[in-house]
Amino acid sequence: MVPLSWYIVLSAVMFSIGVFGFLSRRNLIIIFISIELMLNSVNISLVAFSHYLQSMRGQLLVFFIITVAAAEAAIGLAILIAFYRNNPTIKVDEINLLKG
Amino acid sequence: MSTPQAFFAYFAVAMTILSLLVVTRRNPVHSVLWMLVLFIHIAALYLFLNAEFIAAIQIIIYAGAILVLFLFVIMLLNLRKEEAEKRFQKQWLYSIAISVLLVIFLVSVVGNITVVPPPGPYTAEVIKSEGHLMTIGKVLYSEFLLPFEIASLILLVAIIGAVVLAKKRLE
Repeated sequence: MVPLSWYIVLSAVMFSIGVFGFLSRRNLIIIFISIELMLNSVNISLVAFSHYLQSMRGQLLVFFIITVAAAEAAIGLAILIAFYRNNPTIKVDEINLLKG
Repeated sequence: MSTPQAFFAYFAVAMTILSLLVVTRRNPVHSVLWMLVLFIHIAALYLFLNAEFIAAIQIIIYAGAILVLFLFVIMLLNLRKEEAEKRFQKQWLYSIAISVLLVIFLVSVVGNITVVPPPGPYTAEVIKSEGHLMTIGKVLYSEFLLPFEIASLILLVAIIGAVVLAKKRLE
């Protein structure tokens, strides 16, 4: 039997890798992918909790997280395309129009 | 080490390596393809946790829809010259420090977590006798009915918003 804490530690490690990608990469698309990575790591911990608590709520929460992630990816990439049309770069350190 | 533990150990190591590959590749297409492999591993882990429906929608929605959307956007933008430049921002050392500290913090807080004794009614046998989709559907359409309706609204807003944001402005 695999202990619950193993899943939670795996989830924590994947979440931190996602945080690293989010904070350090210059490419805006990879930053979006890092957000998806973080959402997936949270999903793993929720499904593990759901299995070990013998409850369905964790899996339902995963269902809604996947819905919101799909909406977020569609809106985020649409904003990215709209931005790229005005200002052809996707490097976040060059996107500084709001900088004083 | 028993067979389930060895199985989990393989998945843990593979998923950590795949996550690192996803966030460090220079070419975004390679990142997305490694992400595909990672999602298939995650779906296998869900099967291991008796969540067949979640594994199926992980493959269908994440690997089938979201990653294809990412691939379309990468192909749509012309990124050839950006790939030649450096991938990380100048604060990347701080990012490593922050993520290592986050791992240490999270593992020290939840590293020994266990389940409080009286668990819920959905044991593996109950789910197996009734079917996972039936079980999840009953909970979804009774206890989670309002969130389900709100999810449909969120998807509607996302559809309209994506079209409005990405279309060319008409003169």
